[in-house]
Amino acid sequence: MPAYALHPQVGLRPEKFGALAYHYGNRRLTFLNDDKLVAVVQKAHEYDDVDGALAAAGVPEQNWPAYRTVLARLAESEVLQCR
Amino acid sequence: MQVTDRLSHGLEAPICLTWELTYGCNLACVHCLSSSGRRDPRELTTEELFGVVDELEAMQVFYVNIGGGEPTLRPDFWDLLDYSVEHHVGVKFSTNGSRITTAAAKRLASTDYVDVQISVDGADATTNDAIRGNGSFDVATTAMGHLADAGFKDFKISVVVTRNNVEQLDDFAALAASYQAQLRLTRLRPSGRGADVWDELHVTAEQQRTLYRWLLDHPDTLTGDSFFHLSALGEPLPGLNLCGAGRVVCLIDPVGDVYACPFVLHDQFKAGSVRDAGGFTKVWRESPLFTELREPGSAGACASCGSYDACQGGCMAAKFFTGIPLDGPDPECVHGHGEAALVAASAGRPPASPGHTRSGPVPVSIGRRPA
Repeated sequence: MPAYALHPQVGLRPEKFGALAYHYGNRRLTFLNDDKLVAVVQKAHEYDDVDGALAAAGVPEQNWPAYRTVLARLAESEVLQCR
Repeated sequence: MQVTDRLSHGLEAPICLTWELTYGCNLACVHCLSSSGRRDPRELTTEELFGVVDELEAMQVFYVNIGGGEPTLRPDFWDLLDYSVEHHVGVKFSTNGSRITTAAAKRLASTDYVDVQISVDGADATTNDAIRGNGSFDVATTAMGHLADAGFKDFKISVVVTRNNVEQLDDFAALAASYQAQLRLTRLRPSGRGADVWDELHVTAEQQRTLYRWLLDHPDTLTGDSFFHLSALGEPLPGLNLCGAGRVVCLIDPVGDVYACPFVLHDQFKAGSVRDAGGFTKVWRESPLFTELREPGSAGACASCGSYDACQGGCMAAKFFTGIPLDGPDPECVHGHGEAALVAASAGRPPASPGHTRSGPVPVSIGRRPA
């Protein structure tokens, strides 16, 4: 399982729908659409792998595959970086 | 949930904030949105500028689009740039290039947090200078050269699309490529001095279809999502296909007044001032105007049109300054509904304000097609 952290060039701003992430390097804006996803993104660096972060954020286990896909996409677009 | 739904509840802070620092300009472009020319004695002081940056930092506004006037004419421009970057507010600024010396270009290339946008309105001097004034093309391309030489990659070349330059889209793309820059195309609005030239310079219906196809073929072209009214032609264009005024976008003008978008410098769309108690934060979050703009709009005259979902009735500013009711069709509606609305509205155009235009002879003439 990969381990992630918020990319150091990304700013995260809480919003009613979740959060907005902005990358100061590539200047891309990303919508994060639910609070649990935001919690995972914020806390990912504290856990040894992605499943640890998902469990800590209270994501039900049956939803983990979907979240893993979303997180991999966030890593591709450099909102997250792999550790 | 759709992006539109998320945004309709209002954001804690704007995504795209335009901040015009001065009404002073060393050019007199015929289509200037803010009718710039002379500085205004009431413009924000350096201390007030820094105060706005402090607020933007607290609100976590990621970046601002700085413009004018010509923002680099302010003696404190470079200090503001440094202050913003130190306070985690990224800056993209628009300039005619006249102050982008080799030294300035090197300084700009040294940070990721500053982006530069050079304006040209023609792919050659003849076409450009008819809009922006004699010599302005050479000034702009010299600045582009300085940025490229300094290793500044992906700066922006910004073009307002007009009847006279719409056939040069490939030339603009080539110009951008030659400097390793990115092309940005935006829509001509009948705002500011643009109201005086819009009838002659806005693109024709046929040119709009050409432009739409070109944008679909060149999805990497930046547009500030300004052509969303063209999405009614079929496949939606990339980006946000709705009017972001007061929801995603707003404008702070040189004297600190806050407007719903950069194209509606008019009392009717003024939400407050950064000088008011509570500052910009309170204007953004609580002003009655912005609250109203965030409510679901009525489709009005467009309700029976099958394309309403695609174009959302078009641009509020384009309607307002051509006298069309805000729930009427866009004056450049791709289905032709704008033409009848324009005829009906011809008496209702808001009177033009001279703004900060310098008096004296107009330096350039327009309406002539380049050879």
